[in-house]
Amino acid sequence: MKRYLKTLVLFWSASISAEMEYRANFILATLSSLASMGGALFALWALLRTEYAMAGWSFDQALIVVGIYTMLDGLQQTLLAPNRQQINEFVRNGTLDFVLIKPVDAQFWLSARKVSVWGVPNTLLGMALIVYVASFRLEPAAALTDYPRLVVPLAAGILIYYALGYLLSTLTIWFTKLSNVTHAMHALLEAGRYPVGAYPPAYRVFFTFVVPVAFMTTVPADALLGRAQPAWVLGGLAIAAVLLVAARLFWLFALRFYTSASS
Amino acid sequence: MTPTPRTTRAYFAAFYALMTTYRAEIFLWALATSLPLIMMGIWVQAGESGAFSGFTSVDAARYFIAVFVVRQLSICWVIYEFEWDVVSGRLSSMLLHPVHPVWRYILMHAGEQGTRLPFSILFIGLSLFIFPEALWGNAGQPGAWLPQWWRVLLALACAYCAFLLRFFIQYTLATMAFWIERVSSLEGLNYLPYLFLSGLIVPIQTLPAGLQEAMLWTPYPYMLWFPAMLIAAPPEALPPAMIVRGLVTIACWLGVFIVISRVLWQRGLKHYSAMGA
Repeated sequence: MKRYLKTLVLFWSASISAEMEYRANFILATLSSLASMGGALFALWALLRTEYAMAGWSFDQALIVVGIYTMLDGLQQTLLAPNRQQINEFVRNGTLDFVLIKPVDAQFWLSARKVSVWGVPNTLLGMALIVYVASFRLEPAAALTDYPRLVVPLAAGILIYYALGYLLSTLTIWFTKLSNVTHAMHALLEAGRYPVGAYPPAYRVFFTFVVPVAFMTTVPADALLGRAQPAWVLGGLAIAAVLLVAARLFWLFALRFYTSASS
Repeated sequence: MTPTPRTTRAYFAAFYALMTTYRAEIFLWALATSLPLIMMGIWVQAGESGAFSGFTSVDAARYFIAVFVVRQLSICWVIYEFEWDVVSGRLSSMLLHPVHPVWRYILMHAGEQGTRLPFSILFIGLSLFIFPEALWGNAGQPGAWLPQWWRVLLALACAYCAFLLRFFIQYTLATMAFWIERVSSLEGLNYLPYLFLSGLIVPIQTLPAGLQEAMLWTPYPYMLWFPAMLIAAPPEALPPAMIVRGLVTIACWLGVFIVISRVLWQRGLKHYSAMGA
């Protein structure tokens, strides 16, 4: 365990210093986070400027969902996306061999090798929006003691996202080239800009049981607003656990079919 | 040099074969671009409430299916391809070909689109299955979805103009790769106005009139909203005068970006020093 922690620190410091070569990107990333937040506010305003009651979510309450979406998007840009992209490269070039013979677990290596700082502006902006809306705009305002309620559902959400991404990336072993996994995952996360209740029934079933976006943004928002059913929070944890185990087993199964590039 | 019909066919066949090799990836790509179908859910639900006058749930379903179709015909990713070709130096060998690389890129997109087509049709079928009201109407709004034939043809032509518009905006940004290495991060910024102003997330016809007017001067609504309206909206929502205005605006923006990208290309080429050259 201690060895893994030490490795993680080394991985991350190495990848941060590599990315620092492209410092100008940080300005671009900040600009695009701001523009993206502006767009999200515009989209929500366009929907709620009339008397449309979106499944009982007020504009401010829906803003919490936007904040959580932005923050989660930032976190996945930082921690998940850069790693997901490299699995594809490794399989196609046959360099996965070098990962498999390393003295650490291959899934750990493939999931934690890289970290990208460009997701940080989105993460911070998302947090700022959540705090601004919850503490200064909502009636009644959220107290400091309300925020810890976010931790468990958010952790479940990001674990679900990781596990789904890893499951999909594992398919690379058979299909060789799947660099769009990141784009496809992101498209599905995008559904989480809105509370799941704003969708028609068929969509709600899909986003709860098939691609559980509901547990990534709606449940954490409900938790902060103090109206999450315990069953939903526990359900999110259960889904995260099942998906993590499934991703692990599927990865071990897929490795039996890995044939390297030239053999 | 422009390619002859024979080289065009050869390029297309080669790229189609290349893209079908990685069908699974193209399927994911179709999935990744299905945002209109997600937004359809949001707006069908909103349309049902009756809070948007002149935009019912049937209108919403038709509009977003049309947006999906136009989007599938106008997907563009040239900036990633071009960046890689410049950074890796692959562009050097392409410059030796008798055909200008831009044709190669356009035909590459055509090959990819051909591969994606079956998946796109699958998604359209799926959405019509979920919302059969889009085809037949419902109790509140009876009547089948039957756009005039010339509007459908015009919409197809406009969808490909939308593709060219997106292509040349991206290509303009892509030619910056001659000077700065990571241009794909510029695309992240370029994608945002497209996302929010093209009608992909917010149907422009539901916005206040002043805002609509302002948006119609930018190139973005013509990338999705305009072609989609031709198929999805009742004729009076997009009268002939608006259509003419739309076509003129598309032509102007397209002209601007073709000229800029040509100039940048010629300047950039002088600046280009291939990897290892």
